Amino acid sequence: MKRYEYDVLVIGAGPGGSMAARFAARNGAKVLLVEKRPEIGVPVRCAEGISRDWLDIVEIKPDKRWIDQEIEGAKIYSPNEKSVITLSAEQAGNEVGFVINREYFDKYLASLAIEEGAEIWLKSPAINIIKEDGYVKGAIVRRFGEEVEVRAKVVIAADGFESQVARWAGLNTVLPERDIVSCIEYRMTNIDIDERFTHFYIGSCAPGGYLWIFPKGRNEANVGIGVALNRIKKRGEVKKYLDNFIEEHSNLKRGGILQIITGAVSVCRVPKHIVANGIMLVGDAARLIDPITGGGIANAAISGRWAGEIAAKCLEDPLEECLMEYQEKVKKKWERKHLRNWFVKEKLSELSDDTLNKLMEVVSQTDIKEISVRAILEAVQEKYPELVEEFEDLI
Amino acid sequence: MMKVNPALCNYCGACVGSCPVNCIFLNETRVEINEDKCVKCGFCIRACPLGAISADWWSK
Repeated sequence: MKRYEYDVLVIGAGPGGSMAARFAARNGAKVLLVEKRPEIGVPVRCAEGISRDWLDIVEIKPDKRWIDQEIEGAKIYSPNEKSVITLSAEQAGNEVGFVINREYFDKYLASLAIEEGAEIWLKSPAINIIKEDGYVKGAIVRRFGEEVEVRAKVVIAADGFESQVARWAGLNTVLPERDIVSCIEYRMTNIDIDERFTHFYIGSCAPGGYLWIFPKGRNEANVGIGVALNRIKKRGEVKKYLDNFIEEHSNLKRGGILQIITGAVSVCRVPKHIVANGIMLVGDAARLIDPITGGGIANAAISGRWAGEIAAKCLEDPLEECLMEYQEKVKKKWERKHLRNWFVKEKLSELSDDTLNKLMEVVSQTDIKEISVRAILEAVQEKYPELVEEFEDLI
Repeated sequence: MMKVNPALCNYCGACVGSCPVNCIFLNETRVEINEDKCVKCGFCIRACPLGAISADWWSK
């Protein structure tokens, strides 16, 4: 078997992997980025909504080539669609700003890694890790059909929701069914929507998740749905939920489908361990998706940058300390936030359509400057005091 | 016996990440299920957005 040696091996060329490769290479490491697919960014597995505020952190400049639509805010619809809450980009946080084109975006990010000197292999799935004396020492990669051994001082697993590399290494990224959301999305054309906003529909149309319409410009949009696994009883049910919704909405029904996108996301708390001997997990592979929004691009890119920078440091500093530094940094940023959002998600997914309708009726009629749990509860207490009891433990 | 219907499969990996025993392997045009490790939990069957996975022990 052919053998290759690198300082850092990054598995998976999504936003997390490309940022890891870029910042490891910038800091002097000899980096290899491997991607199983024949083209970066394809096929898309994403609703493509991002905010603007984190791009500076990872030194990405907004570029017309990958921005399909600028977004002013988000509209959230009650189950009966009689109440609409409109959030400005600032209020809505994570998921508004741009609807991007991942096919271009991911390629752009990979080219930033290449510019810094990272090497990249396509059509090269990792099929196992190399483990010696309890340490991950690299991976077996099937490069254009030929199995080769890639040895590295540090492995960064950026293999997305599948999170296989982590589990080969013995890291527990197994999810309970309540924390898995199964998704399907249609890229639709010839539909009629307000393109200034992203649109979110909650309640029994998407149990344990939500339904979204993210405009892509030119009468196109990503129309998709996520349903929690513990609410799915039958085979292929997620698609039926989406098809039903489209059937019931004349502005969508008249449209046509250009692309069918599927996938799954985790909506969990930050795992206990995201590093092990010789390996770091980033992005979706580290289960760093926001449990409420399901957004993962920003967290992948940021954790990718940190993993890359710290991996490059490992070449000088003791490996153990570097790995722990990365884990601490990730936990400091997301552990509390994702814990809180996980609780809110659990609570929201239990509410009946009737309760959600009442809640959203009140919130949509109130001028709430800053959308916070407390501000919403105070407004609700005035009109439906009995509803607040259900939420008291969230305050 | 488990089956993946290639006419429905989108090779998205929803089944892979949902499998609690990591017994599903995916490359761009093939899904392999190691049934010796499978615990018949049905996560993958329900997680597949297109309903491409079936099993003789799964009736729904």
